[in-house]
Amino acid sequence: MNFNDSPQESIYRATVREWLANNAPRYTVSRRAPEVERLGIARAWQACKAAAGYARVSWPRDWGGTGGTTIQQMIFTEEEARYGVPTGFFGIGLGMCIPTLMRFAGIATQQRFAGPALRGEQIWCQLFSEPGAGSDLAASRTRAVWQDDSWLVNGQKVWTTGAHYSDYGLLLARTDASVPKHTGLTMFWIDMKTPGVEVRPIHQMSGGSDFNEVYLTDARVPDSQRLGDVGAGWKVALVTLMNERVEGGKDRGPATEQILALARSIPRGTASVLEDPAFRQKLAMWYVQAEGLRFTRLRTLTALSRGQIPGPESSIGKLVAANRLQDLTNELIECHDQFGLIDDAAHAAMGGSLHHDYLYAPGLRIAGGTDEILKNIIAERVLGLPGDIREDKGIAFKDLPTGR
Amino acid sequence: MDFDFSEEQKQLQQGARRFLEDRCPPSAVRAVLENPELSFDRGLWAGLAQLGWLGTVIPEVHGGLGLGYVELCAIAEELGRAVAPVPFASTLYFFAEALLLAGSPAQQAEWLPKIARGELIGCFATAEGPGRPSSSPTTVVEAGRITGTKIPVTDGGIAHVAMVLAAAAGAPGLYLVQLGQTAVQRVPLSSLDGSRGIASLSFDGARAEPLGRPGAGLHLVDRVLQRAAVLLAFEQIGGADRCLQMARDYALQRYVFGRPIGSFQAVKHRLADMYVRNELARSNAYCAAWALDTNAGELPIAAASARLAASDAFGFAAKENIHIHGGIGFTWEADPHLFFRRARQLSLVAGAPAVWGEQLAAALSSRPASSVVECGT
Repeated sequence: MNFNDSPQESIYRATVREWLANNAPRYTVSRRAPEVERLGIARAWQACKAAAGYARVSWPRDWGGTGGTTIQQMIFTEEEARYGVPTGFFGIGLGMCIPTLMRFAGIATQQRFAGPALRGEQIWCQLFSEPGAGSDLAASRTRAVWQDDSWLVNGQKVWTTGAHYSDYGLLLARTDASVPKHTGLTMFWIDMKTPGVEVRPIHQMSGGSDFNEVYLTDARVPDSQRLGDVGAGWKVALVTLMNERVEGGKDRGPATEQILALARSIPRGTASVLEDPAFRQKLAMWYVQAEGLRFTRLRTLTALSRGQIPGPESSIGKLVAANRLQDLTNELIECHDQFGLIDDAAHAAMGGSLHHDYLYAPGLRIAGGTDEILKNIIAERVLGLPGDIREDKGIAFKDLPTGR
Repeated sequence: MDFDFSEEQKQLQQGARRFLEDRCPPSAVRAVLENPELSFDRGLWAGLAQLGWLGTVIPEVHGGLGLGYVELCAIAEELGRAVAPVPFASTLYFFAEALLLAGSPAQQAEWLPKIARGELIGCFATAEGPGRPSSSPTTVVEAGRITGTKIPVTDGGIAHVAMVLAAAAGAPGLYLVQLGQTAVQRVPLSSLDGSRGIASLSFDGARAEPLGRPGAGLHLVDRVLQRAAVLLAFEQIGGADRCLQMARDYALQRYVFGRPIGSFQAVKHRLADMYVRNELARSNAYCAAWALDTNAGELPIAAASARLAASDAFGFAAKENIHIHGGIGFTWEADPHLFFRRARQLSLVAGAPAVWGEQLAAALSSRPASSVVECGT
C-alpha cells in the first residue's frame, strides 16, 4: 500500500506538471460560459493534448496514445483537473464509444475514427435510451429493417447527451420483434448527418440543454456500420455500459476548500456557519464520502495496473456521488436562509454554480442508471442475489404489454 | 502508487482468517459473552502469542516481528471479522502504541517483550464519567502516587498494567500503573458488549511512573488515539463485511411468498446500501493504513476519516443484519447480536464518532488552502 508516487511516477508527474503549466492556462474557460465557446476551447485543448501525446495516455501508440500505464493516465487527469480546462465533451466518445468500436468494428473503421476523436475533431454520442426504454434499456423499439441492401431505421431516442454537437453515434435498434427483447437487438454506428436524423434539444429543469431527443425517420444505415452480429446488440451495449461505470463515479460539485470558504462567509449567531457543530459533522461526512470515492477509484486503477479485472467497487461511484451532491447543495443553500433564494450570479454563492448543481443533482441520480438500477446491479452482480422476477421473460417483444 | 494489500499481506490475512475460523467461531465469542467469570478467551490469546501476532509491530530487539502497520491492519480486519474476545486492541493499539511513541528505553525494554510473548495485558484508562475525557482529570499524581477513579476501562479487570491519564500539578499526562498493587481496586462492570470486559479502576496512592515528558499528556493521548483509530477501523470493516455476508446468505436461504427474500428489492437495496458503506470505509481505511505505516502528515485527517467511515459502516451493517434476519435475528441464540454489540463497543472505545467528526472538521478548516482551481465540465 503506497499513496505516494514511486520515483518513476514522480518524474512523470513533474513532466506533466511542467507541460500543463506551459499549455493549460491558454485553454481555461468558465463553467458558465456559453456552450459554443466552451466547445471551441475544448476542441483546441484536446488537439493540443493529442499533439503532445496526452489525449489518452494509456491508449496504445497506434491509436495516438503513449502506451502509458493506467496510473500515468490517472496522474495526468489529476494534474489536469487543477486547471479550469474543459474536458467533458469527449468523455462519451473516448471513454465509451471508441472502446466499443475497438472491440467490435473492423480495423479500417477503428483507424478512421480513433484519431479524429482523440484530437477533438469528432464527437460521439450514444443513441440508447428511448421514451419506453430507460431503466429497461433492452425494451428499445427503434426499428432497423433490412430493405434494398441497407438498414432502414425508424424510431425515437431520448436523453442523448451531446447529440446536438455530435458527429457520430452508437445506435441500438430492434431488428427482430418476434423474439424475446434481449435477443432482437443490433448495434450500429451512424453519421449524425444522415438524412432522416433530427436532433431536438431538451430543456432541462436546471435550465441547460445537455440532452436531446433524436428522431430517426427512414434513416439509411449500411450493413458495414453494424457492430457485432445481428441480434447481438445487447452484448455490445453491455460493453459500452461497462465502460460507463469506469468513466463515471467522479466526485461532483464544490471542492472541500470551496465549501469551507463558503461556510466561513455565512454568519450564524455571533460566529459563522463553519462554527456550527451540526454543520461540522456534515462537513466531515461529505469529506469522508468524497475521499472514499476517490480512493475507491484508485483501488480500481490499482487492479487495472496489476493486470487484474477491476472489482465491483467501481459500481458505487455514481450512486454515492449523486446523492452526496444533492445532500450537500441542499444544505449549503439552506445555510443562507432567505438569501438562499437568490439564483442570480451577481449575488449568489459561487457565482450561481451552487444553485446550478442543486437543480442538476436530481438528474444525476437518474442519468446513467438510476439509484435503484445501480443498487440492483450491486445486489445481483456483486452480492449474487437473484434477479428481479420478469414478466417479459421468454415472450416475443411484439407481444409485450406496453401500458400505452 | 499502489492502493491495495501486497500479495504477501493478502497471504498473511488469509492465514489469519483460516486460523480464526478454526479457533474463534461464534461459539467461542458466545462462551465469553455468556459467562461472567470469563473476561476473554485465554486459549485464543495464547494462540495469538504463539503465532507472533502480539509482536507484529514490536521491534525485533524487543522480541517482536518488526513488521509494518499494514500487516497489523490486515490481522485486525480478521480479528474484527471473528469478533475475537481478546484484549488485543487494549494491549497493542493503545498500551503498546503509547509505549512505542513515548516510553523511555527502560520502559520499552521492560514491557514490550512481555507483550510480544503474551505474558502481559495492558489497558488504557482515560474516562472518568459521561462525556469526553477531560483535559483536567480528577485523577491526580503527587510524588509518584496516583489517586482517583477511572470508569470504564476496557479490559481493566484483566490487565496487568494500565496507562492512566492523570494530572500532576495541574498538567495532564499518561502514567504507567501496575494493577497488582494493594492500592488499586478494580470492579468488573457489566458491558454492552460482554465479549469485551470493562471495569472501574480506583487508585488510592498507588505507585505510578510517568510516560513521556510531563505535560505532554493530552497530545500523546491524541496521537495514541489516532493510531488506534486506524487499527480499530480495520476491525470494524472486518465485522461489517461479515455482517453483510451473513445477511446476504440468510436472504438467499429464507423463502417467503414462494421466493427467497433476497429477490425483493427492499431487501436487495438494503444489502447494496451495506456494501456501499463498507467500500467507502475500506477505501478510507487503506489510506489511513498507509499514513500510519509511514507516519505521513496526512495521518490526523486520514485516521479521523477512517474511523468515521468505519463506525458508520459497522453500525449500519450490524443493525440491518439483525433486521434482515427478521424475528430469528432478535433471539439470543442467533449470532447477529454479537456483531451489534461489538459494533457499538468499537465505535465508543476510542471516542465516539461525533468527537472524530469535530476533529476532522477542525483539521480540514485549519489546512492551508490547496491549489485546486475550478474543474472542467
